[in-house]
Amino acid sequence: MFKRENLPAEASIFAVFVGIAILFEVLGWVFVGKSFLGNVQRLEIIILQVSIFGIIAVGVTQVIITSGIDLSGGAVLALSAMVAASFAQSVDAFAPIFPQFLGLPIIIPIAIGLAVGASCGWINGSITAYTGIPPFIATLGMLVTARAVAVIYTEGQPVYSLSESFTVIGSGAWPVLVFFVVAMIFHLILKHTVYGKHTYAIGSNEKAARVAGINVRRHKIMVYTIAGSLSGLAGVVMCARATIAQSGMGTMYELDAISAVVIGGTSLFGGRGRISGTVIGVCILGVITSGFTFLRIDFYYQEIVKGMIIVGAVMLDQRRQAKQRSRA
Amino acid sequence: MNNQDDIILRTENLTKHYGGVHALEEANFTLKKGEHIAIVGDNGAGKSTFVRQITGVEQPTSGDMFFEGKQVEFNSPLEAREAGIESVFQDLALCNDLDVPSNLFLGREELLFKFGPFSILDEKKMMEKAKEVLERTAIKIPNLSNHVGDMSGGQRQCVAISRSASFASKLIIMDEPTAALGVQETTQVENIIRGLKEQGVPLILISHNLRQVFDLVDKIWVFRRGRIVGEVIASETDGNEIISMITGMQGGVHEKDSYI
Repeated sequence: MFKRENLPAEASIFAVFVGIAILFEVLGWVFVGKSFLGNVQRLEIIILQVSIFGIIAVGVTQVIITSGIDLSGGAVLALSAMVAASFAQSVDAFAPIFPQFLGLPIIIPIAIGLAVGASCGWINGSITAYTGIPPFIATLGMLVTARAVAVIYTEGQPVYSLSESFTVIGSGAWPVLVFFVVAMIFHLILKHTVYGKHTYAIGSNEKAARVAGINVRRHKIMVYTIAGSLSGLAGVVMCARATIAQSGMGTMYELDAISAVVIGGTSLFGGRGRISGTVIGVCILGVITSGFTFLRIDFYYQEIVKGMIIVGAVMLDQRRQAKQRSRA
Repeated sequence: MNNQDDIILRTENLTKHYGGVHALEEANFTLKKGEHIAIVGDNGAGKSTFVRQITGVEQPTSGDMFFEGKQVEFNSPLEAREAGIESVFQDLALCNDLDVPSNLFLGREELLFKFGPFSILDEKKMMEKAKEVLERTAIKIPNLSNHVGDMSGGQRQCVAISRSASFASKLIIMDEPTAALGVQETTQVENIIRGLKEQGVPLILISHNLRQVFDLVDKIWVFRRGRIVGEVIASETDGNEIISMITGMQGGVHEKDSYI
């Protein structure tokens, strides 16, 4: 027999996603006289647009499950993109950043982009784990610093002339593929590995995790480093897609990523959340952005609605937590 | 005189200072194999501080500890657990967002495939073992896949105790295990403790409940203001003597106001 409690946790979030899509379809016919969902090209654009911050969101989900937060995703993306791109310029690049490193195999700029992201994440994790500074402040510091370093790196100049072999990673459906593969891998890791179990345990009760013998500091550093690496990967994919890297890339992506994570059902209190929920959250944000543009509603109204959705999602989470506390 | 071979845990002048606060002063303590003892004392007497030192949660300022005749220093709870010392803490130390098997096996998961932190869990084996463990302790939890946070206080406490009871090969320490439980749940926990006695697993029980202490243990150690002030055989003393030792006042409480 059909029972609501037998449904997976993501079912309700998916229902919201479908509901929003149908709502835009109806509004499309009423106000614009066109189908919203019938346009395949639009759907492709939606998924391409959300893939980049979706990759960041996969890392942020893990950080939030440990009851932390990572505000530096967008800035780390920009810094990683700048550094990776400077090693991905083609042999005929005009005024290259490193004339001695042109036409390198693509694995090198990709690895460098990931390493820059991982280093930023490692710093975030180490500050959080060893100094007692709240992750909100530690990653806020990284947000400002990484963005500034991205500007200083080329004295504000964009990095052009990326090699064709490098820009392939951002072409066609590649960004979407990267997002889904990353999401799938970390979904399985969180669900079936010791890393995943300990991530949930730390977010649920850090003291209990410590008493159980988990090296909480080392684990937190690992989680933030992975999140940083994924921001680095997002930077690589984004500059490959844009065929250019600029220090202003990915501005506000951290907030989109956090929004997607929260909408996807991950608790800001830690201990609960899934990557599959985040993927749906990412899609919801994509549909809202695209739907509003389709209805020709001003960008600022879109932001208002996004803000309201995030606050609503957190309020629901708070109610769920309060309910659990009263039961315990 | 104690036969050294019979002693499982011994501390010599164990001391813990938090800055200027002397929480534990020169505690000399012994526990024999198979023995169930209680540590009693007023709030701030140093009971929990003592337990934190012997379970590796904290490291003592000075003093020595011997476990199974060998001098030991536990730098983390994991080291104490690896040595065979299991603890049930006052605040349970459970992860509310994890299910029963995950809580039981936290930090010592059964693995299908080893690959550092990304080792793959053997969830089926953990579930089967969890069922066995709970059956042994006669605890009834309808669905082990439920989050521990969704369970009653009694069920949660039973999970915490089962975790210790099933893994402790050598010593179990329980800090106020029934403080937040109802009558029925308290009875259930006390039965588990009696089962441990039958199995010969030594136990250190911290409790404010003197009725429970007299019911369950062989010996009582009394702490006052960070010091051990007495060690008495449970069957050779009474509530008034224990209260006198806890409070430091001669006469304890009046007969008719007996504590137990």
